[in-house]
Amino acid sequence: MATVFERPKFLTDTPFHYCPGCTHGIIHRLVAEVLSEKFNQEDVIGVAPVGCAVFAYNYFNCDMYEAAHGRAPAVATGAKRVHPDKIVFTYQGDGDLASIGTAEIVHAATRGEKITVIFINNGIYGMTGGQMAPTTLIGEKTTTSPYGRTAERNGNPIRICEMLSTLDGPSYIARVSVHDVKNVLNAKKVIATAFEHQAEGKGLSLVEVLSTCPTNWGRSPQEALKFVAERMIPEYPLGVFKEV
Amino acid sequence: MNRQMMKGNEAIAEAAVQAGCRYYFGYPITPQSEIPEYMSKRLPEVGGTFIQAESEIAAINMVYGAAGAGARAMTSSSSPGVSLKQEGISYIAGAELPCLIVNIVRGGPGLGSIQPAQSDYYQATRGGGHGDYRLPVFAPASVQEAVELTMKAFDVADRYRTPTMLLGDGAIGQMMEPVTMPEYKPAETDKSWAATGWREGCGRERAIINSLYIEPDRLEALVRKLEAKYKAIAENETMVDLQYMDDAEYAVVAYGTTARIALTAVRNARKQGVKAGLIRPITVWPFPEKVICDAASRLKGVLTVEMSLGQMVDDVRLAVNGQCPVRFFGRTGGMIPGVREVYDQLMSMKEGL
Repeated sequence: MATVFERPKFLTDTPFHYCPGCTHGIIHRLVAEVLSEKFNQEDVIGVAPVGCAVFAYNYFNCDMYEAAHGRAPAVATGAKRVHPDKIVFTYQGDGDLASIGTAEIVHAATRGEKITVIFINNGIYGMTGGQMAPTTLIGEKTTTSPYGRTAERNGNPIRICEMLSTLDGPSYIARVSVHDVKNVLNAKKVIATAFEHQAEGKGLSLVEVLSTCPTNWGRSPQEALKFVAERMIPEYPLGVFKEV
Repeated sequence: MNRQMMKGNEAIAEAAVQAGCRYYFGYPITPQSEIPEYMSKRLPEVGGTFIQAESEIAAINMVYGAAGAGARAMTSSSSPGVSLKQEGISYIAGAELPCLIVNIVRGGPGLGSIQPAQSDYYQATRGGGHGDYRLPVFAPASVQEAVELTMKAFDVADRYRTPTMLLGDGAIGQMMEPVTMPEYKPAETDKSWAATGWREGCGRERAIINSLYIEPDRLEALVRKLEAKYKAIAENETMVDLQYMDDAEYAVVAYGTTARIALTAVRNARKQGVKAGLIRPITVWPFPEKVICDAASRLKGVLTVEMSLGQMVDDVRLAVNGQCPVRFFGRTGGMIPGVREVYDQLMSMKEGL
């Protein structure tokens, strides 16, 4: 019998802990597929964040770090400088990268560290139970913006790709979504391109992936995918923002 | 290397290079900025990496990355910057990574002053960050000793898989003294735990550099493992210097620059016929409590002198355990105690005032 589908070698045989309808699982799979197609296991070192993906080190089947909240780009910098021949990637959420870790991502990017960053934007703090994220849309209710986010009360959402693409250090900055099949397939291509940039020794590459959180959004998985398409993409437009 | 005059900070940096450190990550702050400056020039000459990080937080996390990758790595800072590093030091202790953190202490709290102080003793000797951990802390009293302890601190870090700290007051960092670089032979170390690239069947477990243990019984097991390590460090690595203690009736306990001032005061007291001695902890954690406890049984009084409101004196009292009176004298805020002040304290203790 021909094998038509199998677990990529870059995923361990461990069930994901993610909630039903959360797209972290799809994104893990895409990253692992890209790594499996392009690299040997010993060529890759990953860095997990604090947040929902904190246990990513249990899933990605290569040497892994677990970094302090927001510090993954600094940890990856240390690892990459010691092993410049390895592919080093971070996998970070929006609280991690776009709030507490803004200094680390901005400076890793402007230094042009040869690392790849997978940035998951679901507009909420998932692991801690649905608090407002820096990327939460105006009007959205969370456990720390119970009246709905307003610019006056809570400040404005932050657009990471647009901001980082003003810097000279990054070589590839793109935003994708995984809310439907077409976008999932495109996301994989973009993630592959990001890792190619690192393999070719260019600057920092970052892919922002719009993701869902049905549990903390209070939406069904289907409604959550629709929310990405109809509400998030207009605020966080998809595309390649920088390619050197 | 021949004997030469070196500034403390530069000597510490060169000693690190001699000890095989090839990765330095830091951020400028007075009075330790000569360390990053020296490393930025020196490390490229030996194929190493220097990064001026965006913050002390980023710097210590770069150390986490480099140490986790199996390299000998370090950072340095001064008090306010070391406070920022505490998050990372706690993670490094939890992940059991070897590295060196240098703290050239200045007066605090807050932005404080840029003058020498010893007011980070509590922070340094109690772990400093959150959680159940300690780190070996070496406190040099001369530039030569700073060199030797820098080298030793790297070896101890590797041997026990722990962060170590070199705790120098600002005077140690800023003053120039003659230095001879010792011949350094690195100890054999096993770093098969490091993240160096893994594949199935390569003969080792997949490396996970991590301090997260979500099940409390597993975290307790880790902390118990750390505890056993700390006991071994206390047993094997405690360092103390004793001067004139054989027949001493009164002892001064002081470390770092303060110990040099205290030693002069002790000699002056001896000239007046007072049997004074000096106990100088070289490791402030582990603290030489047994030596102090044994000495206290024969002493009439102990004077602790620090450049702080009195921090180490707590450890001295614990070690003396009521066997004799313990007195404290300190200057703080960046002020340095004078020989005369220490001498007067010593004499008034003898007079029982």
